[in-house]
Amino acid sequence: MINPKDSVKLAMALSMTQDVELSCDECFEELDRFVETQLAGLDAAAAMPLVEHHLRTCDGCRDEYQALLSALRTSRGSLSAKLLWDRLRDSFRSG
Amino acid sequence: MKGRTNEEWLADLRGAERDRALADLRVVILRGLKAAFVGRVRSLDATVEDFAQDTLVKVLENLDTFRGESRFTTWAQRISMRVAYTELRRRRWRDVSLQELLDRNEESNREPEALTDRTNSPQQETEKKITAETLEGFIVEELTQKQRDAIVAVMFQGMPLEEAAQRMRTNRNALYKLLHDARKKLKRRLEAEGLSPEELLKAFGDA
Repeated sequence: MINPKDSVKLAMALSMTQDVELSCDECFEELDRFVETQLAGLDAAAAMPLVEHHLRTCDGCRDEYQALLSALRTSRGSLSAKLLWDRLRDSFRSG
Repeated sequence: MKGRTNEEWLADLRGAERDRALADLRVVILRGLKAAFVGRVRSLDATVEDFAQDTLVKVLENLDTFRGESRFTTWAQRISMRVAYTELRRRRWRDVSLQELLDRNEESNREPEALTDRTNSPQQETEKKITAETLEGFIVEELTQKQRDAIVAVMFQGMPLEEAAQRMRTNRNALYKLLHDARKKLKRRLEAEGLSPEELLKAFGDA
């Protein structure tokens, strides 16, 4: 008999099941746009609900999404730090 | 590093500036991979070097598919994350066969303690048992053997889709669709029987 832990996993998956879902490839195609929308401070889930749904239901795609988000947040953070440093340096020079 | 528009990346990677553009892209990819996997993989520098190299090959192979809907570097980093996770999953699961997982699942379901929660009242335990039997009946009646194996491997035993797909002689995309069809069939059967997933969760004490 199916054990309770697995029954819960299956019931949760069924509760999130929609008639129309993106496949992993379709989600992957949209992932860069989804992450950039999110990093721009916009509501990516509202703009791309099928991508958001797939990311909630697919562990593999969610891992890749979170890794991409970390990568881009870091690169934007380092870019902001560089801009800050350049401004500080300019203000010292001008002052 | 030279700042580039999407068009400049494409032109440089296709033209005389290709080597310089590849070197610049490699820096971006390496930085992203390190940020994503720091503290999560052994020998980070060497590992991400390999991932970056494989990513550059894939980027060049797929340049024509870039639609310009994001920054080029975001698109390339998206590919790097797929490359990295594909390899990490392969390493983590390489010694596990599908049959081993199916057997492991069968065994865990036979253990009495897996089926009984001593904190529940006898009535709750009876209700859980009946619900589990009902769900199992739907699985047997509605799903193909392939769909049942996929549910056990991916949903119950946590095997990544692409690893399970490889063992089932299919691909990640097709396996996702197979599982989606299985979930839809089970959901429809529940509805036909006047049940809902939420009621199942309640019966299992998880809602």
